[in-house]
Amino acid sequence: MKTTVSDEEVEVLQQDFLEHYGYDFTEYSKASFRRRIQRLFSMNGSFSFSEFRKRLLSDPNYFYEAVAEISVNVTEMFRDAEFYKAIREEVIPVLATYPHIRIWHAGCATGEEVYSLAIILKETGLLHKSLLYGTDINHRAVDKARTGIFPAANMQQYSKNYQEAGGSEDFSSYYTTNYGMVKFSDQLSEKIIFSTHNLVSDFSFNSFQLIFCRNVLIYFEKDLQAKVLRLIDNSLELLGFLALGTKESLRFSVLDPKYKQPFGRQKIWRKIK
Amino acid sequence: MTTDTGLIAIGGSAGSLQAILKILEYLKPNYPIPVLLVLHRAFANPSPLEELLRVKTGFKVKEIEEKDKIEPGYIYVCPPNYHVLTEANETFSLDDSEKVNFSRPSIDVVFKSASDVFKDKLVCILLSGSNADGAEGIFYAKRNKSITVIQDPAEAQMPVMPRAAIRRSKADHVLNTDEITGFLNSLII
Repeated sequence: MKTTVSDEEVEVLQQDFLEHYGYDFTEYSKASFRRRIQRLFSMNGSFSFSEFRKRLLSDPNYFYEAVAEISVNVTEMFRDAEFYKAIREEVIPVLATYPHIRIWHAGCATGEEVYSLAIILKETGLLHKSLLYGTDINHRAVDKARTGIFPAANMQQYSKNYQEAGGSEDFSSYYTTNYGMVKFSDQLSEKIIFSTHNLVSDFSFNSFQLIFCRNVLIYFEKDLQAKVLRLIDNSLELLGFLALGTKESLRFSVLDPKYKQPFGRQKIWRKIK
Repeated sequence: MTTDTGLIAIGGSAGSLQAILKILEYLKPNYPIPVLLVLHRAFANPSPLEELLRVKTGFKVKEIEEKDKIEPGYIYVCPPNYHVLTEANETFSLDDSEKVNFSRPSIDVVFKSASDVFKDKLVCILLSGSNADGAEGIFYAKRNKSITVIQDPAEAQMPVMPRAAIRRSKADHVLNTDEITGFLNSLII
């Protein structure tokens, strides 16, 4: 039985996805994309590659499930506590001066980081005048995010992250627990709009004062990174903030000349031109 | 100095740090093959590991950032919470997908990806540790014709990991740390 997918076969699928469904993965980082395809292929162990390909082309439901499997949606609340501390202490006081606050989490996966920020906004008295947009290519992740329901087993870790990030309330007051799951308060979710959005092919849809795009660019090749960064730049107001992942940077990027990194090694940039 | 080898990937978990320092400290000066370290660790960021390696080995030490080009003279360290994948153009890319063997970075993931690109120009070394991560990576790398080396479990502080890999596949070499250094020095002329 064939068990591995070759580079050439991955390219065939990339063309298929583009031509049949308009999903452009051709500029995704090869090694990672191949690994995700490999994973998907292994999950359907009984298929040959040609059967696998045929099913992806002929069964849209299977294709959309495949997109959900291919996209990485690992996330957690207050991920990188030190980063969220900087958001709370450095960025939020600036946002507080605006009459209306608009925030975009581009590539939000199942939404844990969006709820994290909503909690910070609530505690700083800004949630009432804020609107948070969480978008992701993965419709299944977005559906999950919209429910505000997460496994209770994760709450101990999230509570620890929350405290390390400068939170001082009772973290469990933000959710109710039921059958091993927790549901976050409607007070938080009514200020959040979750929607699918493909950074590769969709356009800017609003202007924001703060954009999160964390651990998304690592999956893209250089040219696609530049394209996505331009989209983000077009969506960010002057003097707005852009937050990236721990190992991502604007250094050497198209946006480098227009942005500065004001808070030491925290991966937060401010648009100055 | 010349060599046919493009990359040395070293994986370890509990008890591997001393072995790594010992192996790398006595490599020939200006050793021309880059080293990729994948360790399970819970150090703070920035961690003291980089400084320790720098002082002991004379290599430049870099915690990998995405799209870093693989160059001689460097020890590349996988950052906590990311798998490191090797691209065909000999750069690294980062991946924060699910943990593998309860680990991110996972030695299996890093070894497999590096061997897909470097094939027989890769050396994979698996050291001390207390879980089975790396066993599948060694198996896969060997199938890709990479050279595979496992630390002698009799010497390893935690023999579980080397033993698991030996059970999974027949590595090219089972060596103690001094022999590993000697082997690595023999790769260059």
